[in-house]
Amino acid sequence: MNLTLKIWRQKDASSKGQMVDYNVTDISEHMSFLEMMDVLNEQLIDVGEEPVVFDHDCREGICGMCSMYINGQAHGPDRAITTCQLHMRTFKDGDTITIEPFRAAAFPVIKDLVVDRSAFERIQQAGGYISVNTSGNTQDANAIPISKYAADEAMDAATCIGCGACVATCKNSSAMLFVGAKVSQYALLPQGQIEAADRVRNMVEQMDLEGFGNCTNTGACEVECPKGISLDNIARMNRELIKASV
Amino acid sequence: MALDSKVPEGPIQDKWTNYKNKINLVNPANKRHIDIIVVGTGLAGGSASATLAELGYNVKAFAYQDSPRRAHSIAAQGGINAAKNYQGDGDSTYRLFYDTVKGGDYRSREANVYRLAEVSSNIIDQCVAQGVPFARDYGGLLDNRSFGGVLVSRTFYAKGQTGQQLLLGAYSAMNRQIARGKIEMYNRHEMLDVVIVDGKARGIIARNLVTGEIERHSAHAVVIASGGYGNVYFLSTNAMGSNVTAAWKIHKKGAYFANPCYTQIHPTCIPRSGDYQSKLTLMSESLRNDGRIWVPKHLDDVKAIREGRKKPTELSEDERDYYLERRYPAFGNLVPRDVASRAAKERCDAGYGVNATGEAVYLDFASAIERYGKEQVKIHNISNPSKEKITALGEKIIEAKYGNLFQMYEKIVDENPYKTPMMIYPATHYTMGGVWVDYNLMTTIPGCYCIGEANFSDHGANRLGASALMQGLADGYFVLPYTIGDYLAQDIRTGKIPTNSPEFEEAEKTVKTRIDYFVNNKGSKSVDYFHKRLGKVMWDKVGMSRNEKGLKEAMAEIKQIREEFWKDVKVPGNADEMNPELEKAGRVADFLELGELFAKDALMREESCGGHFREESVEDSGEQQGEAKRNDKDFAFVAAWEYKGEPADAVLHKEQLEFKDIELKQRSYK
Repeated sequence: MNLTLKIWRQKDASSKGQMVDYNVTDISEHMSFLEMMDVLNEQLIDVGEEPVVFDHDCREGICGMCSMYINGQAHGPDRAITTCQLHMRTFKDGDTITIEPFRAAAFPVIKDLVVDRSAFERIQQAGGYISVNTSGNTQDANAIPISKYAADEAMDAATCIGCGACVATCKNSSAMLFVGAKVSQYALLPQGQIEAADRVRNMVEQMDLEGFGNCTNTGACEVECPKGISLDNIARMNRELIKASV
Repeated sequence: MALDSKVPEGPIQDKWTNYKNKINLVNPANKRHIDIIVVGTGLAGGSASATLAELGYNVKAFAYQDSPRRAHSIAAQGGINAAKNYQGDGDSTYRLFYDTVKGGDYRSREANVYRLAEVSSNIIDQCVAQGVPFARDYGGLLDNRSFGGVLVSRTFYAKGQTGQQLLLGAYSAMNRQIARGKIEMYNRHEMLDVVIVDGKARGIIARNLVTGEIERHSAHAVVIASGGYGNVYFLSTNAMGSNVTAAWKIHKKGAYFANPCYTQIHPTCIPRSGDYQSKLTLMSESLRNDGRIWVPKHLDDVKAIREGRKKPTELSEDERDYYLERRYPAFGNLVPRDVASRAAKERCDAGYGVNATGEAVYLDFASAIERYGKEQVKIHNISNPSKEKITALGEKIIEAKYGNLFQMYEKIVDENPYKTPMMIYPATHYTMGGVWVDYNLMTTIPGCYCIGEANFSDHGANRLGASALMQGLADGYFVLPYTIGDYLAQDIRTGKIPTNSPEFEEAEKTVKTRIDYFVNNKGSKSVDYFHKRLGKVMWDKVGMSRNEKGLKEAMAEIKQIREEFWKDVKVPGNADEMNPELEKAGRVADFLELGELFAKDALMREESCGGHFREESVEDSGEQQGEAKRNDKDFAFVAAWEYKGEPADAVLHKEQLEFKDIELKQRSYK
């Protein structure tokens, strides 16, 4: 198929960006979206132009590195996938595709489609862990039975890949789904109880400091999340925060 | 230099304990004055960084991604082995040790493997304490599954995302230390050289991938945890950025590179679909617990399927060849990866491949769905269930076990694997070879360590499933933190290593010169053009099976591609900005050297062992006819290569492998 691409080009963080049009031809429907971008870049290199810079790494939907906003949707039109898992069969010949970076005040653009998501790092550093040192002497892994339901629910929350689609898609640029998922993982496990109050307070405080907006229960984040993280996690985070404050 | 593995004396089960009791320690007050650089933040580098920082060392950690959590360990699916024997099925430290040595086709160092098995239980305890949500049964205890090449259930898992959960565990431990200021985290940085001062590794030169700035970082020891080199094949299941550069740079400065030809071709990957393909996708081998692998018995059925005239589900049991069950009745679909991969290649080479490219076999879940469905019917006391009901119940169980893998498959191939068998084909996945290290995990450069997939140590010529995560975390959490202390005890009075020495100057100059060369070369072909050519030579001639003629050709062709690359590579953009093409150029330049050494190593090793299959070395008669033939008399050694300029001139050093606790046997899975 032949496509027109409208792509955000921006030299660096301090330069002004703009949308630029490109044409690609003979795109196979079996290609992944990023393979289509590879084709475009090879084409640009051939004619002596600078290729479009975008984040990507594992190309199997788990590293959370890829981050495009395609036709107004984080990770593009398909559901429960990352951009690298989006396939060209979702589009049709003659389509125009708009490709932008994730946009949020807390995610400044570094170059073209690459954004700086280090705000997520600092939120995790504020409390996204259990304070246990490495030793050969922690208690046996089966010493505390954990109900299968709690373990499975913790796993569902822990499956977050930290890509930032929730922030990019939220009209308030809220990071509550991301933070809620991390808080929930630990809140659901006995190991996480000891530091639960400090954890939620510190992580939420850091989230606010980074300039993320608040949640107004629209639910767009849940729809766009490649891993299907549930809004319940935001509710749980709020409950944890209230518990921590009384 | 003669290789000294520094394996401690004493019976194998006491070595590690005795060693720990006798090594030098650094007291907590002195650790504050010691800096350690860790390159790579996957399971090995992440766990090492966190643990070293907890101990009190000042750690500087480097990742080329924008967060440590994105290292490719994140993509490991199936699980992690540990000799917990929670299932009471006869597992033990010795048995895990034995399985690993046997699975590695008797080409690993006994003492290292025993230590790995010994600390495996601690890993599970540690991860649970960190809040890793492993799968549990209804009684609340940890669940296990079984993996290829073993007869017990010792694999712990978190859905099909075990690597992700373990890495997030290590990452959370890192975050705690970053917050305390004990780890300085350098995201979007790439190590481009190691700096050696007075014969010791004392720092690195790194490039800031956002600004392009070249930076000097000093430390008392340098740890390389940069993963494997599977991307030498261009197409592999590795992440796009996975590379050999850090390992190759230390090799060029004196670290021997061991067994580069030991590469694992993983049997359960999604077949390739076209030339534009950028990478291959692996699906966990845990699928082989319930999936049965087959191709049609008759070539006319193959033809009909390829032409779309027949569906695989229309073939009766009699018309199918479950070739693993046929050839290996004892292990069936759970033979080790190398055996399963070669068997698939054998069938496809014989013309039985089931897709358009002729490179695919079926992985079928129909019998598992039926079996689980019937089990559910009993559990729920359903009388006279319809066939549809049984199937629906069975599919639910399969979904709970492998749901994310099935979804991934469907997204890529656009077929529903619950209803029609999956198509799979082997792809490059893991490299057992790597930087040579002694028992302390130190390379042949004093003060330079290498851990995780980047080193050569524990898996011999073939790695068993769910053992990579085990090794990465064992090295990082439980081994290196001890062994590095023994070395650093001599550095308590050294003080900070200055970065203005001539050695740093020189290393920085070399790095800058090379970068300038790339951006000014103005050739006519992109980096990927050369990388794809290299990959094709590697896959065709140094892939799943190898022979003398092909390997010699490969060496010459790779050298040729390398020469063309340096003359004609085109790198757009500048050095002082974010420039992924420039990053790739540096990595491919190193792959072009490694690839030749890889072929040279494969040529030298005139035996078949593990992932290395030489067509000249097969059993010619008896029950094992056609199977790989190992040659213990001449090749029971580690091949450690010393850099001498051109890869073809590398000098071979042998570390003879001694097997005192395990009898050398033919690896039979019949």
